[in-house]
Amino acid sequence: MSSTSVLSARQALLTAAKDRVLLTDGGWGTQIQLRKLVEADYGGDLGLSHDQKGNNDILALTRPDVVTAISNDYFAAGSDIISTNTFSANIISQADYGAEHLVKQINHESARLGREAADRFTAQDGRRRFVAGAVGPTNKTLSLSPDVNNPGYREIDFDHLKNVYLEQVIALAEGGADFILIETIFDTLNAKAGISATLEAQEQLGRDLPLMISMTLTDLSGRNLSGHTVEAFWCAVRHAKPLTIGLNCSFGAQQLRPHVKLLSEIADTLVMVYPNAGLPNELGEYDELPPTTAAFVQEWAAAGQVNILGGCCGSTPAHIAAMAKAVDGLKGRPIPDVPVRTRLAGLEPFIMAA
Amino acid sequence: MTAFNSSSFVNIGERTNVTGSAAFKRLILAGDYTAAVEVARQQVENGAQIVDINMDEGLLDSEEAMTTFLKLIAAEPDIARVPMMIDSSKWSVIEAGLKCVPGKPIVNSISMKEGEEAFLDHARKCMNYGAAVVVMAFDEQGQADTKDRKVEICERAYKLLVGIGFPPEDIIFDPNVFAVATGIEEHDNYGVDFIEAVREIRARCPHVHFSGGLSNLSFSFRGNETVRRAMHSVFLYYAIPAGLDMSIVNAGQLDIYDQIDPELRTAVEDVILNRKVEGEELSPTERLINLAERYKGKDAAQEKAAEEWRSWPVAKRLEHALVKGIDVYVVADTEEMRLEMARPIEVIEGPLMDGMNVVGDLFGSGKMFLPQVVKSARVMKKAVAHLLPFIEEEKEPGAKGKGKMVIATVKGDVHDIGKNIVGVVMQCNGFDVVDLGVMVPWSTILEAAIKEDADIVGLSGLITPSLDEMVTVAEEMQRAGMKLPLMIGGATTSKVHTALRIDPAYDGPVIHTLDASRAVGVATSLVSDTGREAYVASFKEEYDEIRVARANRGQSELISIEAARANGFVLDEAQKPAAPLQPGQHVFPDWDLADLVEWFDWTPFFRSWELAGNFPAILTDEVVGESATSLYADARAMLDQIVNEKWLTAKGVAALWPCHRDGDDVILDGEGKAAGVRLPFLRQQIAKREGRANMCLTDFISPNGDWIGGFSVAIHGIDDHLARFKANHDDYNDILLKALADRFAEAMAERLHAHVRTTLWGYSAEEQLTPQAIIREEYRGIRPAPGYPACPEHSLKSILFDLVDAANTSGAVLTESFAMLPTSAVSGFYFGHPDASYFGVARVGPDQLAEYAVRRGVDLETATRWLRPNLD
Repeated sequence: MSSTSVLSARQALLTAAKDRVLLTDGGWGTQIQLRKLVEADYGGDLGLSHDQKGNNDILALTRPDVVTAISNDYFAAGSDIISTNTFSANIISQADYGAEHLVKQINHESARLGREAADRFTAQDGRRRFVAGAVGPTNKTLSLSPDVNNPGYREIDFDHLKNVYLEQVIALAEGGADFILIETIFDTLNAKAGISATLEAQEQLGRDLPLMISMTLTDLSGRNLSGHTVEAFWCAVRHAKPLTIGLNCSFGAQQLRPHVKLLSEIADTLVMVYPNAGLPNELGEYDELPPTTAAFVQEWAAAGQVNILGGCCGSTPAHIAAMAKAVDGLKGRPIPDVPVRTRLAGLEPFIMAA
Repeated sequence: MTAFNSSSFVNIGERTNVTGSAAFKRLILAGDYTAAVEVARQQVENGAQIVDINMDEGLLDSEEAMTTFLKLIAAEPDIARVPMMIDSSKWSVIEAGLKCVPGKPIVNSISMKEGEEAFLDHARKCMNYGAAVVVMAFDEQGQADTKDRKVEICERAYKLLVGIGFPPEDIIFDPNVFAVATGIEEHDNYGVDFIEAVREIRARCPHVHFSGGLSNLSFSFRGNETVRRAMHSVFLYYAIPAGLDMSIVNAGQLDIYDQIDPELRTAVEDVILNRKVEGEELSPTERLINLAERYKGKDAAQEKAAEEWRSWPVAKRLEHALVKGIDVYVVADTEEMRLEMARPIEVIEGPLMDGMNVVGDLFGSGKMFLPQVVKSARVMKKAVAHLLPFIEEEKEPGAKGKGKMVIATVKGDVHDIGKNIVGVVMQCNGFDVVDLGVMVPWSTILEAAIKEDADIVGLSGLITPSLDEMVTVAEEMQRAGMKLPLMIGGATTSKVHTALRIDPAYDGPVIHTLDASRAVGVATSLVSDTGREAYVASFKEEYDEIRVARANRGQSELISIEAARANGFVLDEAQKPAAPLQPGQHVFPDWDLADLVEWFDWTPFFRSWELAGNFPAILTDEVVGESATSLYADARAMLDQIVNEKWLTAKGVAALWPCHRDGDDVILDGEGKAAGVRLPFLRQQIAKREGRANMCLTDFISPNGDWIGGFSVAIHGIDDHLARFKANHDDYNDILLKALADRFAEAMAERLHAHVRTTLWGYSAEEQLTPQAIIREEYRGIRPAPGYPACPEHSLKSILFDLVDAANTSGAVLTESFAMLPTSAVSGFYFGHPDASYFGVARVGPDQLAEYAVRRGVDLETATRWLRPNLD
C-alpha cells in the first residue's frame, strides 16, 4: 500500500492542503437510510436483546459491505478524507441499544474498513487518502444540568466521559484511523474531555494522533449549546494544537458564512467546514441540490477561508462531487500568522492586550 | 467605575474567595450557594473581567465546594461569559476545578515550592486541560521578597515552562505583593521591590503577564477601608505602567486616583514608593498611621444601596428576576405579589406567566439562549412552589393539578436534551410530567397516556426519521380513539410538517411548539377549561392555511421529460386493485339529499363567508364564534327546507373502465365507445433528490391491464330559488343557498366515491369510515379532478364528460373554457391503487408541453394556452 509514504499523516495532509482545497466526505445517515435496511440487517446474528434498527454504527459488524460501499462512493466522488461511521460508537450511546460490549469492535472494524478503502483508492492513483476516526458528542452533557431544580447536577463527570472517549479513540487508532475527529460539538466541555482522552491515547499508543475539532452552532448568532461563541470555543480548544478546526452540521452553508469567515481569520491551523445540505425543509428533508451547496462552499474556497470542505446531514456523494468540481484549481487557505496573545474564554472570548 | 477599567488592565473579581471574604466564607460554610452565586454575579456586574474562586478553608471539603460552585455558575450565563480563575493552594482542588470549566480558565497558582518536578507536572496538566497559569515567585527556598529574588525565580520558571512547550503568553507571574507600613523597616521597600521586579521580568520574559493580590499590601490598615482603597489605587497607578496587567481586586471598591483626598494620596504615595521626605521627623508609615485615624469608620464599606431593580414595583421585579434568572429574591417577591392578588393562582397566570412569555419571546428571537431559559424556569419553579400550598388550600377537594403530561422521544431516536428541558420547564409550571425516556415505541406512549390519565402527550425527536414515527404515534392515537392534545417538538419538526403530516392523522389537537419556553403557554392553554377550543381552532385554521400554501408552492429547476419519466413512481403490481364488481357506467339521477347532509364538510362553508376557523370549533371561537353560530343556525334551517321541500336534485354518474398504461397516457380498453380513448396526464419535472419520484397519475396504472374510473356529479334546481331571493333583495339567502349547494356537490362526490369503493368497484368492501374520516381522506384510492394539482389541465374534463355522457347523466355541461354548469358540480377520475396519492404537477418544461400537444391531439398554441399556469 502506498500509505507507507514517508510523510506522517499530519504532514501529508498539511502538504496537500498547501496546493489545493481538500475534501472530506458527506453525510452517512442519509446514505444508510437510502438502503432501506431492516432490523435483520442491523442486528445480524449478534443476538442482541434490543432492537438495533437505527443503530447505524453497528453496521460495521453486521453489514460491512454497506460501510465499504459508502466509503467507496465518497472516495470515488473525490473525498480525500472519509470519516468513520462511529458517531455513536461509545458506551454511553450504545447503551441505548444494549451494545456497550461491542464498542471496541465497532470502532476497530469501522476504522479498518475505512483504512482498506482509503488504501485501495490511494493505490489506484497515488493520491493519498485519509481516515478520520469520528467521535460524536454522546447524548450527555458536561456543562448543563438535566435537572432544573439542581443546576449543579451533572449526569456524568469529566473523568467518566474521558474514559468513554479513551476506549473509542484507542480502538479507532488501532483500527487504522489517521486522525481523531471530534465532531458536532455542542458542549465545549465534552470536547475538552475528548481532547484529554486523545492526548492520553497518544501517550498510551506512543504515536501522533492529530486532532480534528469541529463545533456545531445551535443558534444563528453563532453559539453552541453550552453557550460558547465560535471564538471562545477556539480559545478553549486551541491547546490541543488541532490539525483542523471548524464547523459542521446544524445549518446550511449559507447560514454558516459569517462564522466561517471569522474562524478563518483567527485560527492558525487548517479550517475544515462541512455544513448540512441547506436547512431541512418542513418535512425534515434536505432539498439543497449538489450544485447549490457546491456554489455556497465554493465562495469560501475562492475567498481563501477554508482548507477542507465536505458535507454533513443530507449531503451525498453527488454533493461532494459537485464541490470537488467547484473548487478544482483553487488554492488552499494560507494559514495566517496570528499575533501572540493570551486568549482566555468564558462563554465569550477574553483576549488580553500584549 | 474605576480608573483601571481599561482594556489593558484586567480586574479579577476577588469576593468569591473564602480566604479573602468573610461574608462569602459564611455563605459557603452554611451551604447557601444561591446567595454565593449572587456574589459572583455582582462581581461581574461591577466590572470583574475574570472571577477568582477560592475554597481553601479547613472546615470545607474544598474539592466538593469548588466543583459545586463552578457547576452552578456554569448555569449562569451572566457570570459564565467571563473566564474563571481557579484559585487554590492544593493541586487536587485545582484539577477538580479544571474538569468543570468549559472555557479557557486561569489556574492560580503553581510554583516551584516543591521542586521542579511537581511544578512541571502541574504545568503539563494545565496545558492539557487548556488553562493559563499564575506562577508564584516561590521556590524551594521560599517566597521571593526582594526584587532580585523575584526576578531570579520568575526567569527560571519561565525557561523551564517554555522548555516543555508551555505557551509563554499563558504564563502570568505573581511576584508577591507584601504588606507595607507594618512598622518593620525591612518591609518598607516591598512596594518598590514589586514594581521594579515586574519591570525587569517583563523585559526578560517575552509575552508574560503579571498579577498581584492587592489586599496584602494594605493588611496593616484592616478596618480602615478609606485608607486601604487609597493604597490600592495608588499602587496600581504606579505598578500598571511597569507592567502589572491584572490584579485580584474588588472592582467595585477602587477609587479614582485623581479623586483621592490629596493629603491622603501624598501620604500613601510616600509609603508605597518608600519616599523619605526631607525635614520630616516621622517616617512615611508613621505619618500615614496618624492621618488614617481621621478616616476610621467614616466609610466602613457601606453596603451599596440595593441594586436599582429592587426598587421597582413587585410585578416588574418578578419579570426582571425571571428574565435574568435571579432566584434569590423570588420567594419574597412572590409572597408580596400574592398578598396583592385576590387568588394565588392569579400570580402564576398574571405576572409570572407574563415574565415567562418575555423569556419565550427573547429566546424565540435569539436574544436569550438555552441555559438562560433553563435558569428562568428554575426561578419560575421556585415561585410556583411557594404558591402551591396556598393554591392547594383554596382548591376544592378532588380537584386535579394543573395537568399531567406524558413526554417521550419517539422510537428510533435517542436525542433527549430538548425533551428534558421541556420536562423541567413544564414541571416548573405546575404540570405533572411523566417522562418515558428515549426510543419509546408508540404502544408504550399510548399505554402510559391511558394509565396516567394524561392531559397532554408530548413527542420529541431530533433526527429526520422521527418525523415519520410521530405520524405513526398520531395515527395510533387516532386508532385508539384518543382525543387528548398532542404536542410536537424537536429540531427537525416544524409547523409545516405538523400541518401536512401529523395533524391530518389525528382528530385531537396537534400543536407544534417552537421551543421549550413556549411549551408552557401552549400546555396551559390546552388544559384551560375555557380557552382551549378557540386555541385549538386557531391552530387548525393555521394548519389549513399552511396546507393550502404548500400545495401552491413550486420552484427549483426542471429536468427533461425523459429523465423525469425514467424517475417515475414504480408501481407495485401485486397491489393492483381487482376488477370491479360492477364495471361499466352507473347513473344516479336523484340521490337522497338527507343522506348527503351527513357527508357535509362544514369548514369550507364558513370559509366561503370569510369566517376563518374549523368546524365545529369555529362556533365557539372567541372572535368569530358568535357570528359563526348564528350563520350555522340559519344554514341548518335552510337545509331543512331544502331537504323537506326538495328544492334541489343531486345527480351523478360513475363509470369503471378496463385500461392500461402507455407512456404517460392511460388507454381505455374493452368494448364500446370508451375503447381506445386516450387520457393524457402530466408528469412532475422538478428536479427531485434521489429516492423521490417524478410523479404522474399514470404511474398508478399498470401497463399490463388495470382499471380506472370517472365520475361527474351536479346539483340542480337552484336557479328558481335564487331568482326568488334576488327578487326580494335577499342577498343573504342567495349566498347561503349557493354555499349550501356547493356543499351538496362536494358531499355527493364524497358519497359516490365511497359507494364506488365499497360496492361498485368493491376493493374496499369492508370500509367503515365515518364521514369525518372520509373528509380527512383516510380511504384507499384517490379521485383527482381535472384542474387540480395532480392533473392541472382542465380540458381533460371534456374527454371525461364525453365518456360518462355527462349532459344526459349528471346533467352537467362544460363552458368553452371547461367550467362546469351548474356551478355546484364536481368531476374527476378514480384511481384504486393503495399507493395512489395526491401530488402537485407544478411547473412543466417546453419538452413536455410539445409532447403533450401531440398526445392530446391539439396544436402547440392550444396546448400552451391550456397549460399556461404550469409553464414558466
